[in-house]
This record gives sequence, structure tokens and C-alpha cells, in this order.
Amino acid sequence: MGMEGIGARVKRKEDQRFITGKGRYTDDFKMAGMHFAAFVRSPHAHARIKGIDKSAAEAMPGVVGVLDGKQLTGDGIGNIICGWMIHSKDGSPMNMGAWSALATEYVRYVGDAAAVVIADTEENARAAAGAVDVDYEVLPAIVDPAATLNAGAPQVHDNAPGNLIYDWEVGTDVKTVDEALANSVHVTEMEIRNNRLIPNAIEPRAALANYDMADDHFTLYTTSQNPHVARLVLSAFYQVAPEHKLRVIAPDVGGGFGSKIFIYPEEIVCLWASKRTGVPVKWTAERTESFLADAHGRDHVTKAWIGFDADNKITGFKIDTIANLGAYMSLFSSSVPTYLYAILMSGQYDIANVHCNVRAVYTNTAPVDAYRGAGRPEATYVVERIMETAARELGVDPAELRRKNFVRSFPHQTPLILCYDAGDYDATLDAALKAADYAGFPARRAEAEKRGKKRGIGLSCYIEACGLAPSAAVGSLGAGVGLWESAEVRVNPVGTVEVLTGAHSHGQGHETTFSQLIAERFGLPTDNVSIVHGDTDKVQFGMGTYGSRSGAVGMSAVVKALDKVEGKARKIAAHLMEADEADIVIENGEVKVAGTDKKLGWHEVCLAAYTAHNLPEGMEPGLKETSFYDPTNFTFPAGSYVCEVEVDPETGVTEVVQFVAADDFGRIINPMIVEGQVHGGVTQGIGQALLEHGIYTEDGQLVTASYMDYAMPRADNVPSYKLSTHETLCPSNPLGVKGCGEAGAIGSPPAVINAITDAIGNNNLSMPATPARVWAAMNG
Amino acid sequence: MYDVNYHRASSVEEAASLMSRAEDGKFVAGGQTLIPTMKQRLAAPSDLIDLRHIASMKGIRVEGGKVTIGAATTHAEVAGSADIARVCPGICSLASHIGDPAVRHMGTIGGSIANNDPAADYPAAMMALGADIVTNKRTIAADDFFAGLFETALEDGEIITSVSFSAPVKCAYAKFANPASRYAMAGVFVARFDDGSVRVGVTGAGSDGVFRHKGMEDALTSDWNAGALDGVSVDEGMMLSDIHGDAAYRANLVKVMAKRAVAAAG
Amino acid sequence: MTTVNMTVNGRKVSGEVSDRTLLSQFLRENLNLTGTHVGCDTSQCGACVVHVDGKAIKSCTTLAAQMDGTSVTTIEGLANGADLHPVQAAFREHHGLQCGFCTPGMIMTAVDMIERAKASGRKLDEKTIRAELEGNICRCTGYHNIVRAIEAAAAAMA
Repeated sequence: MGMEGIGARVKRKEDQRFITGKGRYTDDFKMAGMHFAAFVRSPHAHARIKGIDKSAAEAMPGVVGVLDGKQLTGDGIGNIICGWMIHSKDGSPMNMGAWSALATEYVRYVGDAAAVVIADTEENARAAAGAVDVDYEVLPAIVDPAATLNAGAPQVHDNAPGNLIYDWEVGTDVKTVDEALANSVHVTEMEIRNNRLIPNAIEPRAALANYDMADDHFTLYTTSQNPHVARLVLSAFYQVAPEHKLRVIAPDVGGGFGSKIFIYPEEIVCLWASKRTGVPVKWTAERTESFLADAHGRDHVTKAWIGFDADNKITGFKIDTIANLGAYMSLFSSSVPTYLYAILMSGQYDIANVHCNVRAVYTNTAPVDAYRGAGRPEATYVVERIMETAARELGVDPAELRRKNFVRSFPHQTPLILCYDAGDYDATLDAALKAADYAGFPARRAEAEKRGKKRGIGLSCYIEACGLAPSAAVGSLGAGVGLWESAEVRVNPVGTVEVLTGAHSHGQGHETTFSQLIAERFGLPTDNVSIVHGDTDKVQFGMGTYGSRSGAVGMSAVVKALDKVEGKARKIAAHLMEADEADIVIENGEVKVAGTDKKLGWHEVCLAAYTAHNLPEGMEPGLKETSFYDPTNFTFPAGSYVCEVEVDPETGVTEVVQFVAADDFGRIINPMIVEGQVHGGVTQGIGQALLEHGIYTEDGQLVTASYMDYAMPRADNVPSYKLSTHETLCPSNPLGVKGCGEAGAIGSPPAVINAITDAIGNNNLSMPATPARVWAAMNG
Repeated sequence: MYDVNYHRASSVEEAASLMSRAEDGKFVAGGQTLIPTMKQRLAAPSDLIDLRHIASMKGIRVEGGKVTIGAATTHAEVAGSADIARVCPGICSLASHIGDPAVRHMGTIGGSIANNDPAADYPAAMMALGADIVTNKRTIAADDFFAGLFETALEDGEIITSVSFSAPVKCAYAKFANPASRYAMAGVFVARFDDGSVRVGVTGAGSDGVFRHKGMEDALTSDWNAGALDGVSVDEGMMLSDIHGDAAYRANLVKVMAKRAVAAAG
Repeated sequence: MTTVNMTVNGRKVSGEVSDRTLLSQFLRENLNLTGTHVGCDTSQCGACVVHVDGKAIKSCTTLAAQMDGTSVTTIEGLANGADLHPVQAAFREHHGLQCGFCTPGMIMTAVDMIERAKASGRKLDEKTIRAELEGNICRCTGYHNIVRAIEAAAAAMA
């Protein structure tokens, strides 16, 4: 490892601009003649639009357009699609209701856009939006994911009878699982809710669209985790513009957490409205709009049964889940409770019989899609809550029950499609228990008791599948796209390097970690490397960043392109130094012939590639290579978390007094950045467990539509963390990396709830474990 | 935010005169509640009359046990006042927990009291301290000043210029913060005076805003001890109930915070 | 409309703005100082924190007109030329930022926090730092490294 190579704690290259206020986010861009969009959003959860009177708004100062859904569809703009086809177990395709970027006939959740105003200032646009008179016929609404399936519940979409999107299953034949459960010595049964979360990247979503009539060409600045996917979808499905006439730029993006994967109505409308009104159009969400109209996360209702034999080995595991997808199917929504959730139900355990049934449903709530972890936190919550509960019921140490059932030989084919490739679950559990001083817990509990506090400890042993994803595999499961990644490595004549990647950094530090790959390969300082991303005019194509894929997939593409660059550089060097190619060594910015004192500077070899005065016979000039890397398997990060809490019995307040994480992420490129990802992920998980809850009233009003009512984790809600890592290399990619972006959010919620229920001696506690709920559980 | 006309007053008289000429004016001091409300288009005053630059409304005076705080004094200034801390540290502690540091640099005691947000901290202290709310027209006893949610005895155009109170022998404030907003879900200010009497102001929890709790006051007057509150009941029927906690929980919090305030007061 | 005059980052500036203009809007739109960010409508996230006459305030909860005659420091004015402020340097050194959006407000809050603690002779321990960050929300870092950065900066500025 060099000073800046793989494994080094290189300080981030991108920080200079952020700490000096020079970051450039979408809302920071301005265009000459720029106007502003304000959306007219439904105040009703379900209503028919009888008419829209725009006359008052159109007469207001600065207004250049008041546009509605009929005009949008009239101009041929297509409906928003869900890009992953799920078939129900009876073979029928999922029931996808139409979603127009501006509603045409019905609005289906509070915040659904019915019209848009374009005006010269933000304030004028907002004022005029308030003057658009939409005549609504209010219809009955349904928000509860279980009740929406009841006979007589209000229908959200005509083509989804009973509000059922799909009824899907995976795993062992359900009869076999039922038999295994029936023959078990002990069965633990639980009802588990996974609370609705609202992502809340601190940068609100924004879009700035411009149609250039001279070139018949569109430009869109947007808060996207995947600008190329945005361009593809905007072009191929929404017919906003053909791909070659549309440039999508995702500049600095202030956090995503999944919520900026999707292509939202506002981006479509800004592009369309720019052409229609002839002015550049900007929209920036107010925070309350973010609450209303960003895709939410989680919101599951689950029943689960797990059986054990006399030796405490798991005999069978059955899960029945209802997943609330909200009022419309967002881009990846169908895959989240299926191929990102159900197939993780085997956890870290060797279980012969697992069956999971998932019913996805419509309700009159904001669309639900991927949010940090996407499906895997929900799965881990079910598995790790029921394992802890079973241990208590069986009277065995929760750590021992887990150890008893760990997968220990790899590859391990689960009954749920996945084949775990590598791991060492004992190692991470041992490390976590040691760091947590598990053995010393009873003494700490006794000491807390003297202070009037209830102390508890909880474990969570998670596994996730990420590094999304092998294209052919996901294609066979219904995905509409491949999930490879591209990279282009351009070596300049002076030897500096530009790496163009389809991955997108919105906090992950790609400018640093991707540069470290070049530092490692050629011994160049990272300052001599530029990482180019986030602009469809610069990078040819890419699938973006989500599902902890930038390392496992994005970096693998860079590595493959580097292989090609290195191969060509070696040939040139061997030719120039009249040496055997096999003897060429590239290190510390020099190209040497092993066993001799012959050498060239890296820059001399690069320059030779471009002067082309003396290249090997038949070689093309230049030093630039492209690679498209398609993974051959998912990656499987795993680890163990131990949470220790103290509960104040008088108020129900939970303090997380210790949190230990021991993770296996495979090879680590930059430990500093990996630790930062775990800190952030665990905090979001603690947020889910203790604080965050998206709540609708029965008639579909979002109660938690600002930070006044939606509790975000703040600095005093969380402790400093104790982290460690254990590396088992991922065998399916060249770097051996697994991914680290989501693990913290996946593994932590059950550890927290297990700890609180341990502390208070009542297992009947839902997330978020607010002080009021914990107090009620203690005083029920 | 809707359009508004901003005026900066340099004296109380000028402020009153500006207000009398405004169609639908509002006074603004720190603006930490009013401006967010206007941004959300929940308030649309025609005119804003800024009181922050009126010299006579600023500053802290402590004479013997008598504390006078100018209405335009910020929370940070109260929190950091060594003079007040000598005679009434409870009010400094309360001020140091309002909002966050940036809010405390702008928000003022007069603004907080005039707004009478049911989850604001100062009203509880004013009630418990038996403070006088001094305006440009009269002096109003705290007991008569607060009149339910966001309602006060202030008449149109009336300006709070200062508050004053006699420092109690002992006092303290205990707050249970809403996990989301960090406003008080239950905030209890207890004050014990040299004649042995005790006053207890409760904010955040009551469905009708800030109130005094007679039962607690009686119990603490006869026995200044947190344990004296064990037998006192808090009426759930008077409590707010929302997603953050039902009435039973809030009633519990009121009692727990009262006990903690008594313990903190010593 | 009203004319506001301020000293921003040491430079005298003047602007004609409507009375409802927020300080954050004046900085971002009139002065092109886009380092000050807006992340919420309710004065809670703290991405907009700047210093007015040496004190941290939320620029999205303040009218530009209210700030007429003041001296404002934004994130762009914190470094001394190429020399980073110790808090800026500590955030980089300790990886106290990820997406960077909350960072300007965090840094301005941290500078204010450290200077107040210094002035009152208090030592900033972890508990105090976390409590003082109540008005700044970060969704990326989990605060762990922000706390480390502030501890380090406080030591460097002692």
C-alpha cells in the first residue's frame, strides 16, 4: 500500500470546496431569464378533479404559464413507470396504476401535483399557485396497509382490484415450511411493523431545466443519484426529449439515501414547461414539499413464525408481509419488498425451510420506494427481532442462539435465490461482543439500577445483498435495466489521469476513493487524478449510485479499464526500453525494467503514447480505455451490532449509551470514509428505532410534514460509536469489496429495540420507541 | 412569504405610531417564531414594526431582589447574565435551553411572552415568578396576562417593554423537550418565595396553554420537597394529546418535571 | 423595496430588496454567496447559519432589512485567504462532512460555539458539543466525526 493507495486514510479531495462554501448544488445554478415553478398540490388524499380555473392565477404578476395534466398528456408526455416487473404467484403481472406527472383526473395523495405555475420569481409563482382554483370532488381515502386490503376499502386505482399490486412468494414450498413449524419443539410468533420513514436528505430536491430552441436541445440540472438513468427514463418512457437531445447534470448533491434515485414529476414538468413557456425553469422544494412528495421508505406489516428443534436449531421460518407502496408505483418500488427484502430472510443462518409471502398494496399516501437499505433493513428487523425474542422464550443467550445457527461453509445456497459467497459470522460476532464487553453487562445493569435507570443490551447480526447487481440475474427477476457500471480512464500526455465514472457521489467521497485506485496502480499522487461524474455529456453511460454499488461495481469498472491502460502502457514502455513486457514494473510514478537500472518516468510513457513517434508496430496512438463491468453475483456484507441503552422509567426516554458495530465489508479502500458511512447509517437506524415516523391521519393528511413533528436524529440523540471491521474478501469482483453504504441502517434498528425491550422487560414495543411509547409499555 | 412593509422603530412611541398607521401590522423583535410562520404563509401582516433597536427596551437591571428585563433582551443575554444568575439562576437556566444557540441570539423575552406559544418556556416562568408584564400602557400581572393558546391580555398596538419580578428564594425549571420540535412537551417552573409560598407554572402540556398548578403549589408550600408531589394528581383532562404523547403521558411528565425542578432548585 | 447596507465578509455591500427578502436570499441571490444553504422552513436544520456582528444566527429566519447596518460573516469569509480557519481544517482532517450541504452551517455554528466557550472559560466536552449542535441537522455523518472535529478545533483554538 502506498501513502494514498488502497487501505490508506486519505483525506477527502472534495472537502476543500465544501468547507469554504464553494460546493455547487442544483439550487446554486442560475440561468439568464430563469423563471420558477410552483406546484399546485392536492390538499386531499383522494379526489376527482372536476375542473381547474386558472384565470386568476394567469392574471397575476410575473406569471408566464399555468399548466395542467391534460396539457401535459396532450403534449405526449408519458406516465411515470415502475421499472421492475413483479409477477404474482398466480403468474399475473403486477397491477400498475397510471401516474401522470401532473394529475389528469384523480389525485391520490396529499401533495399529488394537479397543476404548475411558472412565474418570474419564486414568490410570484407560489402566490399564483395559491390562486389556481382546483375544483375537487373529495373521495374516501385509505392509508393503512392492512386495512386497504379489506373488502369495501376505497379503491386507489381501478386496475388494482382490492388495492392489491401483487401477491408474491419466494422460498421453500409453504406446505413444507408449515410442516417443519408443526414439528418444531418451539415456535416463536411475532407481529412486526416497520415504520414509515421520510428520507430527508438535507438538500431538498431541485431541478433547473432549459430548452434551447436554437439547438432543439434540453439541459436539466437535478438532484440525482443517477443522471444517466434519469436521462434514459425521461427520454424512453416520458418522451420529454430524445436521449441525444437531453443533457442531465447532477452536480454536487446534498445527500440522497435512495430518495434521489427516482425520476420525479417535478423534473419532468420543469423540462416540459421550459419548452412550452420558452424560459428556463427552476424548482426547489421547500422542506414541507420534501415531506409530502419525496418517496418515503419502509412501511411494512408482517407476521412471522420461526421454529426450533430440541437443539435450538432453526427448523423453519415463515414470513407474511404487507408492503405499503403508497398511491403510485415509484421507479424501483416493486423490487424493494421482494428482491431486496424477502430474499434476505435467511439472515446469517443456515435454514433449510424458509418461505416469504409479500402482498404489495396501494394506499392514499406518498409513494414508497428505496430508502437507505431498501428492503434489507425491513428483513433484518424481522429476522433479528424474532431471533432475540426466540432466545428469550427459549431461555438461551441470544448470542449463543445465533451462533448455533450460523452459516459456516461457503458458498452457501439459501432457499431464497441468494448464494452467499464468503463471510465469517463468528468473527464479527466475537469482535462485537468483545468490544461491547458483553460479559460485563450484568454488572453495568446492576449499577444503572442503583441510579434508577433500566439498562438493556441487544444484538443484531445482519447480512445484506448489495453491489447491485448482475444484469442477467436481475433481468430474469423482472428488472427493466442492467445494473453494470462503466468507467473510462483517460491518461493525458503529461501523465495526469481523468477517470469518468457512471457512479455518482453525493457524500460518499468518490473523488478520493476512486483516485486511490489510480494511486495504488501507478504510484501517482491522488492530486494528479480527476474524477469526472454526474454529467451525461461527459460520461457516456452509467447506472449511478445506490444499493452500496459504487465500490463493488463502479470501482470494478475502473479497475478493468486500468488493466487495459496498464497493458498498453507496459507494451509502450517495453518497446521504448527494448525490454520484455513481462519485466516492466510500474510503481511510484516510474516505469522500470525489473533487474536493470532502465526506467522511464510515467509521464514519458504517456507522452510517447500521444506523440506516437515510436510505438509498437500497429498500435493506435493515445492512452484511454473504457470498460463496462457487469458483476457476476451480489455482494454480501455482514456483521454484528451490539446496542446498550438506559431507559428512564419516569419519562420513558431511551439513551443509547453504547453502540458497537463489527462489519465485514470485504476489502476497504479508505477506512476513514467507510467509518463515516457506518456512523451515518447507524444514526439513521437509531433514528428509525427511536425517533422517525411518517404518520398520516385516517383521512390521509400527513401529520409529520416538517421538523416540528418529524423527529430527526440530532447530535444529542446518539453516542460516539465503537467500530471495527473484519475482512473476508468478496470473491466475485477484482477488488474483493462488498460495500458499506447501507449496512449501518440495515443492522442497527433491531439491536436498539432488542436492547430497549431487554431493559424494560416488555417485548411488545413498536418502532419508533418514543419516550411516550416506552413509558406506556412500562406502565401498561 | 407574502409581501410586507418593514419599519424599524427607534422608540416605543414611534413603534406605537407606526402600528397605528399599519393596516394589519405586527411587531417583530427576534422574529424567531413570526418569520417561520410568515414563510409558511400562515401569517400575512401588511407591516412589520421592528422593536430590536429600541434602546429603552433592552438591558437587564437587578436592584436588590428586583429583576427587570427589557423586552428586547435576547435569550442568550438572559442566559449569560451574571447579575440575574446571582439572584435567580433558574431563569438563566431556562433561557439557556430555549431553542438552539442561533435562535437564542435573536429571540427575545418580550417576543416569547407576547406570542404565548403553548409550548414556549418563558410563560411558565412568568406565571411561577408572579412577574409583572410592563407595557407602554400599563402593568399586567402574569396571572392576568396569559389567556390561552397564543392569546394574551395585550390590546391592539400594545407593546411589552419589560418584565419584572422579585427574585424568589429558590427556583428552577425542568423541561421535557418534544423529540421533534424540541419545544417543551412539559415544562415546569417552580419558585419558592421568602414567605414560604410556592408558585408552579406549567407549559407545553396544557390543552389551554400555560397554567399554574394549585395542587402542587399547596403541597410544596407545606413541604418543599420533591416527594411532597407524590400524592398530587395532575388532571389528564387538562392535557394536550397528540402524536408525541397522549394526555396520560403528559400528565405524568408534568409531575416528573415538577419533581425534578424542585430537586434542582434545592 | 428597501435598501440594505451591510458589511459582508469584510466588504461593504448594498442592495435594493423587497422587504420580505430573507437574509439567506440576499446572500445567495443578490451577493451570489451560495455557500449559505437552506434546508428547512422551520428554523431547525441550521444549514443557513451565518454570523451577524460575531454571533451565529439563522439567516433563513431573519429578514435582510432587519440586518441593515450589521456585519455579516458567511462560510465564504471564514478562511483568511488560502489559510483555512481551524474549524474548517478540523472538519476536513476528521472527516466531519460527507455531502457538504449542512457543512457551512455546521462550521459557522462550531466557530460560534468554540468562541463562546472560550469567552466564558468553559471547556467544551462531548456532551456540551452535542447539546450545542441542537440547531444543526446532519443526515450523513451521524455527528460522530463532527464532534471529533469540533473537539480538535477547540483544542487548536485554545
